[in-house]
Amino acid sequence: MTAPESLRVQASPPRPPSWRVQAPVVTVVAVGGGAGAAARYTASLWWPAPADGFPWTTLWVNVAGCAVIGVFMVVITEIRAVHPLFRPFFGTGVLGGFTTFSTYAVDIQKMIDRGHVGTGLAYLAATPLAALTAVWLAAWATRRVLGTTDTKGKKSS
Amino acid sequence: MNWLLVIGGAMVGAPLRYLTDRAVQSRHGSGFPWGTFTVNVTGCLVLGLLTGAASHLQLLLGTGLCGALTTYSTFSYETLRLAETGARLQAVVNVAASVAAGLGAAFAGAALARM
Repeated sequence: MTAPESLRVQASPPRPPSWRVQAPVVTVVAVGGGAGAAARYTASLWWPAPADGFPWTTLWVNVAGCAVIGVFMVVITEIRAVHPLFRPFFGTGVLGGFTTFSTYAVDIQKMIDRGHVGTGLAYLAATPLAALTAVWLAAWATRRVLGTTDTKGKKSS
Repeated sequence: MNWLLVIGGAMVGAPLRYLTDRAVQSRHGSGFPWGTFTVNVTGCLVLGLLTGAASHLQLLLGTGLCGALTTYSTFSYETLRLAETGARLQAVVNVAASVAAGLGAAFAGAALARM
């Protein structure tokens, strides 16, 4: 199996940066994460999931976050450079805090436990399918609109 | 108050995800996104453990901390990057393993919570 070059470079930095370098990054990730989670919580209050129903709100939150990261990563890795703290703030913080994997998995576990096996399995398959379609379509459309065919991106965190 | 719990939990969960990802990714040479895999599976276990917990704990540790510790956006973007850079098998393995391990961790957490 071939490890993607862009991921490998990012994955093993020559030396770990000092705490002085990391502190501002950790801070903007925390602030962005708080904002993203607040947005997700707002969505859950506006469109509460019906008891024993299909968790549409979490599905759409995750799909929306995947579409946005598809646009965002193409823009900042292939189109134009941004401030070094913007990617950790928005990509890692806001979008990472907005989307959730744990609620996805535990909702399936609860549905199966309550005997709604079919709905649980449908949700299990629908979320990754919709999320991956969203990130792929968003990246493709962004490259097409902004006129780049470069696929050399960097790993998001 | 509910907002403070969610935001407070997330302001710990998101940097914890960032620091865990860096620590995990710096310890192996492969391109496989083990960092995101680790935080996602851990978050599923902890959220499963919160089954039956009081609502303020659910908001702080569930909606806030576990919600921000885990991520679907980075998971899907990293999968897309694997596929785009020719590591299609790793992309498929990443999705299958993350979903299977995350669901397994959620069941394990919920089972432990009932004990």
